[in-house]
Amino acid sequence: VPGLSPVEYRLMLPMVELGIFALGILMIDLMVPREWKWINAAGAFLGVLFSALCVWQIQTLFPGGAIGFSHSLLVDRFAIYFWYLFLAGAAIAILMSVRYLDVENEHHGEYYALLLLSVIGMMCMAAGIDIVLIFIGLELMAISTYVLVGFLRRDRRSNEAALKYLLLGAFSSGIFAYGLSLFYGLSGSTNLTNIARAVAARNPHDPVVIIAMLTTMVGLLFKIAAIPFHQWAPDAYEGAPTCITGFMSVAVKAAAWAMLLRILVFGLFPLRATYTPVIVFVSIATMTGANFAALTQSNTKRLLAYSSIAHVGYMLLAFVAMGTSEPNSPGFADGFKGILIYLLVYTFMNLGAFAVITSLRNRNVIGDELDDIAGLYSRAPVEAVLMLLFLLSLAGIPPAAGFLGKYYIFLSLIESQHYWLAAAAVFYALFGLYYYLKIANAMFMRESMETERLPISLGMRVALGITALATIVIGVYPEPFIRTVNWSLGIAQTPHVAAMLK
Amino acid sequence: MQSHILSIILFTPLVGALVLLFVPKENKDAIRWIANIFALGGFLISIPLVPMFWALRFEITPTHFKFLEGSANNWIPSIGAGYNLGIDGISFLLIMLTTLLGWVSILSSWTAIENRVKEYYVWFLVLQTGMLGVFMALDFFLFFVFWEAMLVPMYLLIGIWGGPRKLYAAIKFFLYTLLGSVMMLLGILFLYFHHHTVTGVFTFSIPELYKTAPQIPFHAAIWLFLAFFLGFAIKVPMFPFHTWLPDAHVEAPTAGSVILAGVLLKMGTYGFVRFSLPFFPQVLSSTATFLSVTARGWMIGISLVGIIYGALVSLMQKDMKKLVAYSSVSHLGFCTLGIFALNPAGLSGSVLQQINHGISTGALFLIVGILYERRHTREIAEYGGISNVMPVYATITMIMFLSSMGLPLLNGFVGEFTILQGTFTENWKWAAWAAPGVVLAAAYLLWLYQRVFFGTVTNPKNEKLHDLTPREVLTFVPLVIMAFWIGLYPKPFFQILEQPVNQIVQTVRPGYPIPGYPNAYPTVNAQTAPIAAPAQPEVTSMTAPAGRAAKPAHAARAPKPKGTF
Repeated sequence: VPGLSPVEYRLMLPMVELGIFALGILMIDLMVPREWKWINAAGAFLGVLFSALCVWQIQTLFPGGAIGFSHSLLVDRFAIYFWYLFLAGAAIAILMSVRYLDVENEHHGEYYALLLLSVIGMMCMAAGIDIVLIFIGLELMAISTYVLVGFLRRDRRSNEAALKYLLLGAFSSGIFAYGLSLFYGLSGSTNLTNIARAVAARNPHDPVVIIAMLTTMVGLLFKIAAIPFHQWAPDAYEGAPTCITGFMSVAVKAAAWAMLLRILVFGLFPLRATYTPVIVFVSIATMTGANFAALTQSNTKRLLAYSSIAHVGYMLLAFVAMGTSEPNSPGFADGFKGILIYLLVYTFMNLGAFAVITSLRNRNVIGDELDDIAGLYSRAPVEAVLMLLFLLSLAGIPPAAGFLGKYYIFLSLIESQHYWLAAAAVFYALFGLYYYLKIANAMFMRESMETERLPISLGMRVALGITALATIVIGVYPEPFIRTVNWSLGIAQTPHVAAMLK
Repeated sequence: MQSHILSIILFTPLVGALVLLFVPKENKDAIRWIANIFALGGFLISIPLVPMFWALRFEITPTHFKFLEGSANNWIPSIGAGYNLGIDGISFLLIMLTTLLGWVSILSSWTAIENRVKEYYVWFLVLQTGMLGVFMALDFFLFFVFWEAMLVPMYLLIGIWGGPRKLYAAIKFFLYTLLGSVMMLLGILFLYFHHHTVTGVFTFSIPELYKTAPQIPFHAAIWLFLAFFLGFAIKVPMFPFHTWLPDAHVEAPTAGSVILAGVLLKMGTYGFVRFSLPFFPQVLSSTATFLSVTARGWMIGISLVGIIYGALVSLMQKDMKKLVAYSSVSHLGFCTLGIFALNPAGLSGSVLQQINHGISTGALFLIVGILYERRHTREIAEYGGISNVMPVYATITMIMFLSSMGLPLLNGFVGEFTILQGTFTENWKWAAWAAPGVVLAAAYLLWLYQRVFFGTVTNPKNEKLHDLTPREVLTFVPLVIMAFWIGLYPKPFFQILEQPVNQIVQTVRPGYPIPGYPNAYPTVNAQTAPIAAPAQPEVTSMTAPAGRAAKPAHAARAPKPKGTF
């Protein structure tokens, strides 16, 4: 067994860092008394910061990206972009959690340890170009989130959500692994580069290829919660602790998207003519089902769960634009950029919305019903205005950041000449606006049942500040963010990937 | 040299909103004073624009826009969007209308708004910036940001300070407008991508996109026209898309209605003039038909239906505000009719009528609001003999009613007459169908006046009504002055409109004879009467935008001596 090269050591450092902090938190947790549990959160936050520092080192040391561990871990700009995104999502989720866990009386160190472990899994998913590594990363992330969803031990909804998520997740992982094993059989290699080569050489209508592709896609679509593989999402989102719901809806989803892009674009791109029709169907089904379901929800968490499924539908549209255009055409580039930018703005605006809902949790109020948010303006004007900002951003109203994501998706659809899909997206954007306005109406135009002002912890203030600032800044001055995304997709010019795409 | 006057006008209200954020919300009078100072300031700052623009009114600039600010790429270079402002005569008049009505409506809210005062003024000032931005933007991306961002404050104004069905009205308003504007976004993105296909450059700059418009294939242009049409027709609103308007107007607070009718609706007609006409002339001039009517025929047709339908529905209303709301549908029908007459008289009449409608209907909503504030009902049947208790109010109301119905010597007449004249030269039948709208307007307004103001006070609750306060009179003063000015001496307005209107007509109908540019007022100028019906230009001829480059009669003309303004 060859030892680690210095490059490999650098590449794994961000993950090792997170692992050390996760284990450290588990041990420190045994020593701190109940009222000092926030130290765990501080430790986890510190771990995320250190990890981000290591990612930054990789970024400066290997501007063209680097590959290691027998060609299984490719830390290119694409991976680095997603790593930063996961770390940002995790950091904000940690800030949101402190007071919430106190109120729920479930302040245990495992929570933060699991959060960090799931980020390690995500990093493997985004940077893996070997299906074994990707699968291990997926399972590490999934198992950590199963536990986090069921973290409220005394809450039956949380238990139910965790069990449902676990069963369906395990089932889909099984199907996913089956598809990956077929690809291994087809190519004799677990490396996506070799799989791409082997698949390109075969007849794309070969039934084995199609079965392998479809079963793999089931796993991928399950993880991004696209209809018809979405059933777990509303229940898991509703039952999970609210800060975990927020975390799952952004970071876990971004990781699933990174994995999907890695496998379908980097690995199976030769099959795009075969899988794009499936994606078209799935995206229309997702937008339709999720938007109609969201209309009637009276629970804000569940409503936002359906809304996040709907957003997956929009992002899939950009993926359709990619799949139907030639690489290096404007449709392909803008579709790709669209997905990355959408995930970026979605991270902030959706976490922000969940942060406001998290802060509604009080000793006696669960705070996730639409009635609980009624009259929020009179109880907490700042939070109500911020929530309005996040909702408008989710609805894609400029100058909030959400518009930028929507802009790129519409643009890529126009560029790839999918006018009817664009018109369908417009139609569903109206649905979206309607149910977001339902929340806004409750906050601003109805009377509150409670009169006491909302207590807001310091961590929550910081989390709200970061998410709101990002939502405004990305919306008003998107130039640096578009450049960042361009930079992360400049990947196509780096030698590793240029060689890989051949 | 770049003058920053447009940016200053644009952001003054927003600065006011930011200042208000720092005033404690218990201090209602301070908030009112600050909001009014910024609103009046916003109006006063726009006044210097008048002589500046007047001096340049006939000047031909390369882009046909003046007071250019920013550049095409300085905001988001990656996608080719810029903070790029500029105005021509059409946007100049609408900007002046916006700053004036913004001040008037903020002044009128002094006593009408009692709860959540601070928010109210903050949102109102934000709204003001959004509307001004729409009229100034020369960049499609910037335009769209203002166009959509402005929906949010309006939604909150209706939804928080509105009447009993405010939630329904606010959501309906927002959803309806969003449907149109996102369809328009698809159209914008198509133009953007089309420009890239032709020139290899991604840009949202409107003057740049004008240049590649002739190369749009006809079958695409039809769909694009429809996408833009949906965006603007919902905003105007034209006949089948008008159903949000009565709800929004009835539920909105008075000042919200004034701004909604006075300025927001004009954004739709402005969009037609600025985008639909110059970008898709081939659609409007094509002989291709849908249900055996051409595209232009459809536009004219639904304008006419809107005129008659709006007027008939107004006649039936029991609620004063709803009556005024439906009268807007009718009046805006005249505006779109003038636009799609596609000749200088129709187009300049239409823009002037947009200003007139802003003044008269804005005043009508203020008038209804004043009674509502005193009695908290708008039922016509609740009133009667009001002129006995509120004589000043009754006089002002009479003036504004006459202005709205188009009595000569007042502004409405000039606009409607010019529109009808322009329409008549195209097809006398169109004008004949529109004319009953004027008669019906007189009917519903005079009948309303008779029921509310004449006779003896029948309802004892009305006996104690006090007449207008000085502040309320002040809100009407500028509107009455403007109504008389446009009615008596519209020449400066037509001069301001002349250059952009002729330029648009030449773009849409290259070779359309625009005879000698009579001084200002085509309707009284006998020379203009015989305008030969121009031949329908063929679609193929559109590829050479002759009309855009050459300005035959116009360019040769020396600027006129300054008139009194």
